[in-house]
Amino acid sequence: MSTTSPENSGGRWGALPILGMKAGKLTATIAVTFFGLLVVTFLIGRVVPVDPVLAVVGDRASKSTYDAAYLALGLDKPLYHQFWIYLKNALSGDLGVSVLTKKPIIEDIARVFPATLELATAGILLGTITGVPLGVWGAVRQGKLADQVIRVVGLVGYSAPIFWLGLLGLLVFYAKLGWVAGPGRIDIAYEYSVTQVTGLLLIDTAMQGNWAAFVNVLAHLALPATLLGYFSMAYISRMTRSFMLAELAQEYVTTARVKGVAEWRIIWLHALRNAAVPLVTVIALSYAGLLEGSVLTETVFAWPGLGQYLTNSLQNADMNAVLGGTLVIGIIFVGLNLLSDLLYTVLDPRVRRRT
Amino acid sequence: MSYITKQIAAAFMASAIGLASVPVQAQTPPDTLIQAWQIDDVISLDPAEVFEFTASEVLGNSYQPLVGYDVKDVSDIFGVIAESWEVSEDGKTFTFTIKPGLQFASGNPITAADPVFSLQRAVKLDKSPAFILTQFGLNAENVDQMVRQTGDMTMELEMDKAYAPTLLLYCLTATVGFVVDKELVMSHEADGDFGYEWLKTNYAGSGAFTIRDWRANEVIVLERNENFSGDASPMARAIYRHIPEGSTQRLLLEKGDIDIARNLGAEEIIALADNADIKIEDGIKGSIYYMGLNQKNENLMKPEVREAMKYLVDYATIADTIMKGKVKVHQAFLPEGFLGALNDNPYALNVEKAKELLAAADLPDGFTVTMDTRNTPEITAMAEAIQQTMADAGIKMELIPGDGQQTLTKYRARNHDIYIGRWGPDYQDPHTNADTFARNPDNGDDAASKPLAWRNAWDIPEMTKQADAAVLEKDAKARADMYIALQQEHQKVSPFVIMFQEIEVLGIRKDVNGFIIGPSFNDNSFRQVTKSE
Amino acid sequence: MSAGVSRRDWLLSEQPASRRQAKLGQAYRTWVQLRRNKLAMVGLGIVLVLVLAAIFADVIAPYDPLSGGDLRTARLLPPSWAHLMGTDDQARDIFSRIVHGSRLTLMVVAMVAVIATPIGLAVGTTAGYFGGWVDTVLMRITDIFLAFPRLILALAFVAALGPGIENAIIAIAITSWPPYARLARAETLTIRNADYIDAIRLQGAGSGRIIWGHVVPLCMSSVIVRVTLDMAGIILTAAGLGFLGLGAQPPQPEWGAMIASGRRFIIDFWWVATMPGIAIFVVSLGFNLLGDGLRDVLDPKAAQ
Repeated sequence: MSTTSPENSGGRWGALPILGMKAGKLTATIAVTFFGLLVVTFLIGRVVPVDPVLAVVGDRASKSTYDAAYLALGLDKPLYHQFWIYLKNALSGDLGVSVLTKKPIIEDIARVFPATLELATAGILLGTITGVPLGVWGAVRQGKLADQVIRVVGLVGYSAPIFWLGLLGLLVFYAKLGWVAGPGRIDIAYEYSVTQVTGLLLIDTAMQGNWAAFVNVLAHLALPATLLGYFSMAYISRMTRSFMLAELAQEYVTTARVKGVAEWRIIWLHALRNAAVPLVTVIALSYAGLLEGSVLTETVFAWPGLGQYLTNSLQNADMNAVLGGTLVIGIIFVGLNLLSDLLYTVLDPRVRRRT
Repeated sequence: MSYITKQIAAAFMASAIGLASVPVQAQTPPDTLIQAWQIDDVISLDPAEVFEFTASEVLGNSYQPLVGYDVKDVSDIFGVIAESWEVSEDGKTFTFTIKPGLQFASGNPITAADPVFSLQRAVKLDKSPAFILTQFGLNAENVDQMVRQTGDMTMELEMDKAYAPTLLLYCLTATVGFVVDKELVMSHEADGDFGYEWLKTNYAGSGAFTIRDWRANEVIVLERNENFSGDASPMARAIYRHIPEGSTQRLLLEKGDIDIARNLGAEEIIALADNADIKIEDGIKGSIYYMGLNQKNENLMKPEVREAMKYLVDYATIADTIMKGKVKVHQAFLPEGFLGALNDNPYALNVEKAKELLAAADLPDGFTVTMDTRNTPEITAMAEAIQQTMADAGIKMELIPGDGQQTLTKYRARNHDIYIGRWGPDYQDPHTNADTFARNPDNGDDAASKPLAWRNAWDIPEMTKQADAAVLEKDAKARADMYIALQQEHQKVSPFVIMFQEIEVLGIRKDVNGFIIGPSFNDNSFRQVTKSE
Repeated sequence: MSAGVSRRDWLLSEQPASRRQAKLGQAYRTWVQLRRNKLAMVGLGIVLVLVLAAIFADVIAPYDPLSGGDLRTARLLPPSWAHLMGTDDQARDIFSRIVHGSRLTLMVVAMVAVIATPIGLAVGTTAGYFGGWVDTVLMRITDIFLAFPRLILALAFVAALGPGIENAIIAIAITSWPPYARLARAETLTIRNADYIDAIRLQGAGSGRIIWGHVVPLCMSSVIVRVTLDMAGIILTAAGLGFLGLGAQPPQPEWGAMIASGRRFIIDFWWVATMPGIAIFVVSLGFNLLGDGLRDVLDPKAAQ
């Protein structure tokens, strides 16, 4: 694993007790965080200047219809009581019913989430595939033209509003050139030839051997995934560069060079392998970031995922759905943070030593 | 990165690059009609609950009412499930005879038990559209007596007053009057809910199509009803796909990914007009765009200010530019096509006249006022245009945008200054709009009903009496005259700046024929749509 | 010239006579280093142009940004000499709107900084100074806020507060203070046991005075640098909110909202949505270039 660490011989099992402690502490953290999320979302939901009954019965219902819905929503109860119910329900996985779809929020989210997952995963794959080599290259050519170019390309990724690039992308590559498919995940013509098993259409179509649909799904995925990939590439290449610079300054690199090890081996095998440890964290974090980016991307690409679900609910004042969606994303965020933390502990012997 | 991840990544990249050289050109299947429409307003598929444009249209193609009307001439009312009807001597009781030999999509025969059940069910469930039936004096307690089965194929409906006969008939053409399959619905009843939980997402009708699937904000799929009593639809399947933006719909239409685009904006319509593969069809709808001026506001309550506002909208320009093709100027509360509609448009932009009126109201320098504006592109664009012409007369109008529910909450609490909105009639009888624009039985803050007149705190005991009289008039001609007189007065004095009537516009692929655009959304029909190659 | 030279010497003096001289000297060295970074200078130039555009918007903009021309003749005109960036669907000059929009952009950035920095400083220094349960409670709250993705939390807040530029600012500020709090806490931890803090404590100064008078000023500079680095992000978040219809409201010329309203016309009238996008991109790139350069100078380790 690491050329510098003699502790490595201890094997990865040595980390277990520490991992256990860490996991316990993190569980407590998560419990508190989760409770905080609930409080925040509940409070937001109560101060919204929207009559929740209206969303249920509409504008023209008679007074008796309105009153019945008011009671059914439990709005006559005191605030702390409403929170208690909210808390109890949330803990049992019940985030309430969407006013818009009339379905439990959890069910809705389970339905739309695969679309976001597929998009974000494709994005992070593209981002990693391009970002890591570019970062390595930038580090190797530090200060040279290549480095500067990569840096600026990255900064452009940081600076452009993603929804705007998406619009222009659709205009150019779909409307004008016809290179990619339009908004949505799949053409309607194919939609009913696919049985959704995992909800990830690429996998579903491939498993069913439905290659025409597979290609269609890819054509839809190409543009939004490339965009998200570009944005994560910006971050990943930058971080890779700085990790690589740190590694390349290490003694073992000099030693290897003196020993006459080929430069490409030093860079791509030794140094990158060590830089990979913190990189995992970076990639996990930017994966989480893509979930956030999906809100704007999905709006532009009519992508039926969690981001679109959130914006839709927001525009229709469907607060249950907004808060449920926010909560779920919050939990995923915490989860990914936790995961990258744990991975870090498992992968990096130095952290283990320190703890 | 692991080997497998690399492989997947490589495969992905390769296919993404490979695709770049293949232009994507889709075609819709010949037996399937695919429409792009903003369908996020659908919250239920139960006729007792449906009240939204999209769901109304879906039900209009999949359920049948007792009676219907000719979409070209709404005064021509005919039986659909009913074969005939009679009105009693005192005008309070209708007797319907059901057509023999009809059946539901489930195969169950249609008897008088089904419409009776459907009406009783709608009244007892008391969902949003129930008032359309309960306004005849029906309620959960008495509906079993008032709506009754009198034979296998006959039924009676009794009302508390002798209303104009067309009022009831038109109300029965609304989705809340659609006939549901009693046997099927009751087989799914749970906890005495009349099958409500089930029917929200399922289907129990007898129309040309059956509803196979509804996924909120995604898709609605209808399939041909093989048990339909009329001519079978040429299309085996009709799909609505949720695409909110007009520009996206236009792209999909141009590429042939869809057959019909339903939410085209003015610019898209103009652009598509030159496209040889696409035709534009339109039909006038009953919806009206208006501004409501809250009479609790000390400036807006002045009669001169109300009138001045009516001179400060550039009706013609808005209809010719921002809303081109989507609206026509219309300034009375009954839309064109309704009994007693008034088609005079006395107001046009006249800043000088407005300034005089403002001076007469002791506001020569104008005043500052807010307008709650729903944040849809069209309402916002209209509001911005109005904001500019108002400014010409010194009225500083600040827009307060919000989503639909938000602006509505404020409007219903009478906390607005001005509200700009759209009102669609609930059924084809003139009473539907008179009831809301020209009736305000109780202007108190805790009034039970909240018609538009109430929301703008406009206290009109006299006009309310006139509207009440009109609804009881049996002679159609005399009734039409009453409504015209009512509107002429209303046009002058009311705090409503009625501006436009909506035109529904469809962009349709050239090979698709036979879509019928009716005056209300449940009249829109694709039963006879064909595709030629 | 001699005065200039002596001032330079004074700034670069190895033995500063006062803390002020030391600080100024450090700032000057930073500036000298920064000036060598061409990209950072480009960024600085962009930011300066933005500031100038905001100050002189009334002079620069050829038309009224809010009220447009004749709807029948001046709508959706392509870019020309009369309208450098064309006109929008309300017949307004897009260039004028973008110039005036720079005020909104600057206001958002400034207000978020003004609101979020003190919150972050207060929470972070208090937690760091007191430690113990105060630290635990405050940092737990910070973590909760950090657990949400920023844009989504801002969305939820704006939904609660109602759309509008003020509420968007508040929402962005509420979601951006936690990293500052963490930073301030970390800085505080390194100095709270320093001798001179102990000395002040022995003189009988209250905790409030120590934090406010001695801890906060020391944390201030690093927090301010961090805020500067975040500015591009703030601009993009504000534009995102505007794009979703939750930020500045019509007819205000907020760039994100302008893209949203131009989106309907993008196929035939590309300039309506493209121009404000370019504005956002350039300004945010400017802040990023500047921030990047600053980071290089201030934190050589990260830049290496």
